[in-house]
This record gives sequence, C-alpha cells and structure tokens, in this order.
Amino acid sequence: MPAGTLYRGREGMWSWVAHRVTGVLIFFFLFVHVLDTALVRVSPEAYDDTIAIYKTPLVNVMEYGLVAAILFHALNGLRVIAVDFWSKGARYQKQMLWTVMGVWIVLMAGAFYPVLQHTLRTLFGS
Amino acid sequence: MSTTETTETANGAATEPTDDVALFDVDHPAPVIEPPRKRTAKTPKASRGNFEMQTWLFMRLSGIVLVVLVLGHLLIQLVLDGGVSKIGFAFVAGRWASPFWQVWDLAMLWLAMLHGANGLRTVINDYAERDNTRFWLKMLLYVATVFTVLLGTLVIFTFDPNIR
Ligand code: HEM
Repeated sequence: MPAGTLYRGREGMWSWVAHRVTGVLIFFFLFVHVLDTALVRVSPEAYDDTIAIYKTPLVNVMEYGLVAAILFHALNGLRVIAVDFWSKGARYQKQMLWTVMGVWIVLMAGAFYPVLQHTLRTLFGS
Repeated sequence: MSTTETTETANGAATEPTDDVALFDVDHPAPVIEPPRKRTAKTPKASRGNFEMQTWLFMRLSGIVLVVLVLGHLLIQLVLDGGVSKIGFAFVAGRWASPFWQVWDLAMLWLAMLHGANGLRTVINDYAERDNTRFWLKMLLYVATVFTVLLGTLVIFTFDPNIR
C-alpha cells in the first residue's frame, strides 16, 4: 500500500466496497423476491410451496445473511448522507463508521433468534 | 519562430499606454474578454451534470424513506410473530386486506427498485469499459427494472384472496 494515503486501503474505502457489494446483492434478491411474491396471483399452493424453500435451514441462514447486508447498507447509507449533508460529517466519518458497526452488531445479535427460530426449532425440537 | 509577431497581431487594437491617465473609465470601458465557459449556441440547453445531480439527490432521499419502509418490513415479516414460520398465502391475504400495507408495499417496491437500479447503473458505468458492453448491460438493467416494477404493481393491485 502506498504510504501517506488517506483513503486507499483505509476504513473509508472498505466501507464503500461493502456498501457497493451489499447494494448489488440486495437488488438481485429484490428481483427474485418480487417474482416469488407474484405467485400469489397463480394459486395459494404455488405460493406456499415456494415459500417453503425459505423455511429450509440453508435458505433461512442465507436470510440472516440478507438481514446483515440490509442492516449494514441502511446504517452506512445514513452515514454517507451525514457525511454529505452535515457540516462536520466528513470530520467524524470514522467515528460514525464505528457507531454503524456497533449498532449493526447489537441489531444482528437481537435478530439472531427471531430470524433463525424456525430452523432452530425444527432442528433442535420445540 | 517569432513570438513577438504573434503577440502583436493577437493584441491588435490594444490601447496605447499613456502616462498617468487612467486607461479606462465609464466612457472608455475596457475591452470585454469572452468568459472561458460562456454558454454559446453550441452549448446544450440542459447539461448532463444536472441529471446526475438529481439522481445523486434521489439516492439520498429515497435512502432515508427506505430505512423506515424496509426495516419495518423486515421487522414484521422476519422478526415478530415467529419469524418466517407464519409466512404463507393466508398471511399475505391478511396484510393486503388493508390499504395501508398496500400503499406501504407499493412505495417500497418503487423506491427500492429505482434506488437499486440507479445504483447498478453507477456500478455498470464504473466497470464496463467498452461502449457496447455498457450499453447492453444498461438495456438489460432497464428492461428487468421496468418488468419487475410493473409486475409487482400489478400483483399488489389485482391481489384476490379468493383466487380459487
Ligand atoms: C434501507 C435503506 C437504504 C439506505 C439508507 C440506502 C442508502 C444509499 C446511499 C446513500 C447510496 C449512495 C451511495 C453513494 O452515492 O456513494 C446508496 C447506493 C446504493 N444502494 Fe442503497 N440504500 C438503502 C436501501 C437499498 C436497497 C433496498 C437497495 C437494493 C434494491 C439498495 C441498493 C443500492 C445500490 C446498488 C447502490 C449503489 C452502490 C454504489 O454506487 O457503490 N439500497 N444507498
């Protein structure tokens, strides 16, 4: 890494990479999600059979990953907006990133059981 | 290579220096030099920068609204009342019986699709280097976006709980 750079390889760059990767990921999921929801216009069975895929352990874990991506993108998006519109935003961008990560960890911990309870209950009994 | 000659021709009708007397005043204004970025007949009426500025602003405004819509959606669908276990045709029917949730989902669909599509447009512009590749990737993106938004809208408006 070249010495003396403020951006490259630092928090600012990595948060931008993560924001971009999560944004693209969410967009692709949204495309699939509109298609699966559209099955309610086909028949209740077609819809329920497809939603059953979401209830398998593997997809349920992927869903927790999707929650992780959305929470990071949303919180970091608010940080980007603060950097752009708050007069002191750029000066506190690093502190705001650590705040984002802190809130993200708390929310992810809080979402662990609610989101994964379906899998936890089917795998480990009631 | 005579630089002096060029300078002299370029200055053409430049005023002769006179000692002490002010060169220019109200009756003898200084010659006007055309501003370097003056709008000319060739300048397009709306510059492209304006569109990019509007999309930049849209990303931020839609982002703020999406925080409420999307996080609220996740809370209801994945966290409360047993998480994903309860999702099914009956649950969808229950929620879309209320115009409030119809409007919520409609706004979320449009804002998230436009926000995401514009984000992807930026990503394509960044990484697709050949003009042709960039053009076709964006066409694919726009077609998929219009299709998804219209399909989703149709589903929300034509949902029928007694479909059988
Ligand atoms: C939940 C609330 C959300 C917030 C606060 C938010 C915020 C933002 C902001 C401020 C940007 C602009 C970043 C920049 O110009 O550097 C952005 C970019 C982006 N967002 Fe979101 N967003 C949210 C939800 C979504 C959703 C639901 C999707 C997918 C459908 C999405 C996909 C994208 C993409 C693909 C980009 C472009 C990334 C890039 O250019 O690097 N976002 N987001």
